[in-house]
Amino acid sequence: MAISIVLPRALYQYSRGSNVVSLAEPCPTVGAALASLAERLPAVTDRVLTEQGELRPHVNVFVGTESVRFLDGLATELPDGATLTIVPAVSGG
Amino acid sequence: MTDGKLSQGSTMLLVGTTKGAFLLTSDASRNDWTLSGPHFPGESVYAVAYDERNGRQRTLAATRSFHWGSTIRLSDDFGKSWTGPERQNIRFPESSGLSLVQVWQILPGTAQDPDVLWAGVEPSCLFESRDAGESWTPVDGLLTHEHRPKWQPGGGGLCLHTIVPHPRDRQRMLIAMSTGGVYRTDDGGQSWRASNQGVRAEFLPDKYPEFGQCVHKVVSHPAKPDRLFLQNHWGLYRSDDWGATWQDVANGVPSDFGFCMQMHPHEPDTVYIVPMQSDQFRCAPDAKLRVYRTRDAGASWEALASGLPQKQAYETVIRDALTADTHEIPGVYFGTRSGKVFGSRDAGDNWTEIADSLPPICCVKAAVVGGGSTQ
Repeated sequence: MAISIVLPRALYQYSRGSNVVSLAEPCPTVGAALASLAERLPAVTDRVLTEQGELRPHVNVFVGTESVRFLDGLATELPDGATLTIVPAVSGG
Repeated sequence: MTDGKLSQGSTMLLVGTTKGAFLLTSDASRNDWTLSGPHFPGESVYAVAYDERNGRQRTLAATRSFHWGSTIRLSDDFGKSWTGPERQNIRFPESSGLSLVQVWQILPGTAQDPDVLWAGVEPSCLFESRDAGESWTPVDGLLTHEHRPKWQPGGGGLCLHTIVPHPRDRQRMLIAMSTGGVYRTDDGGQSWRASNQGVRAEFLPDKYPEFGQCVHKVVSHPAKPDRLFLQNHWGLYRSDDWGATWQDVANGVPSDFGFCMQMHPHEPDTVYIVPMQSDQFRCAPDAKLRVYRTRDAGASWEALASGLPQKQAYETVIRDALTADTHEIPGVYFGTRSGKVFGSRDAGDNWTEIADSLPPICCVKAAVVGGGSTQ
């Protein structure tokens, strides 16, 4: 089953207006899913990951309802059909 | 917003704050100012510039989103519209192990290289653009410098905040970072050597190390390019040999601690500073907001207070928040962390408040349309 990545409104300008991206290819981990996303929408992943491929400090990624910061980070395994949600942290300007 | 046009001789103040950028515009008289903004609301702007070489009228702003990272945006219509680059246009290579935090300085290059711009960033590195700010690449000689592991962040982060290209020799450039101090190149950026002899590091056991100083700002005048002035984290210095050696010129200032420093656009011996009381209390000394000016290359300094608050003025002016325009009698301007902008139309003799209640101000740059790029 496809992996769904739900984007925050702030990144719609980089996703051609899409709020959900569906990935049909196998994505065993969160990192693999973001790598697939980068091939399609590199401007989105520019905003989510640093140059070193790490999650930006004030961006959270959830698998279902669990933040990957409390799981295995980008190495967190993704079950088939998982929904991955990118959310800006409560911090801000 | 502006309507996208400004006439020749118009005066512009580009103001970066912790919550966006503002543009103050006036005619050559500089009597009345019009405020536009916020541009990039919610994003901090620590570096702004105006570039009018090669037929451009381009404003640049370095924006940092709390969440989504930092980028450099361009406007060719005085802030009416801005580019929002798809890909972030200033990035460290993956091989460096570094990630961009924010941009601290944007500087149009010399007239010899009219499409070159420079950017100083955190963590400390210098980036070059050869296409007028569209794309940027790091300068390898600093990126891979052997001192890098020993550069330590100051209160604002490990930032390269000052860029001084030599106006006549494109092989020579001087930069400053906090901490790390001054470095200079004589071979077009391939190699860089520390250039801090005589500059003290009050916060280290060795007060005069080769490098590691917390230099806050360096300025020079194109008419005397080998002479430099330096505002240090404790210390006020002059160099007459392009930074090879530095002499203390804190003669008659209430404190030699401060951040900002600005050259007079037409007088190479005239420099402005805004002293702060101390590193532990970074406010105007005795709560009196005063700019200090030397007209004799640091031999003496005079207080400029006319029109500035002299009671309960617990104001802070950080390193890029003091600037001057290029009119014949130049305007001098500064912004405070409390969101006020003060300006003088007579080279600092008299001051008025020209904006208030802005977010904390990070940088102010002045330009005159038709009068050259910001420096």
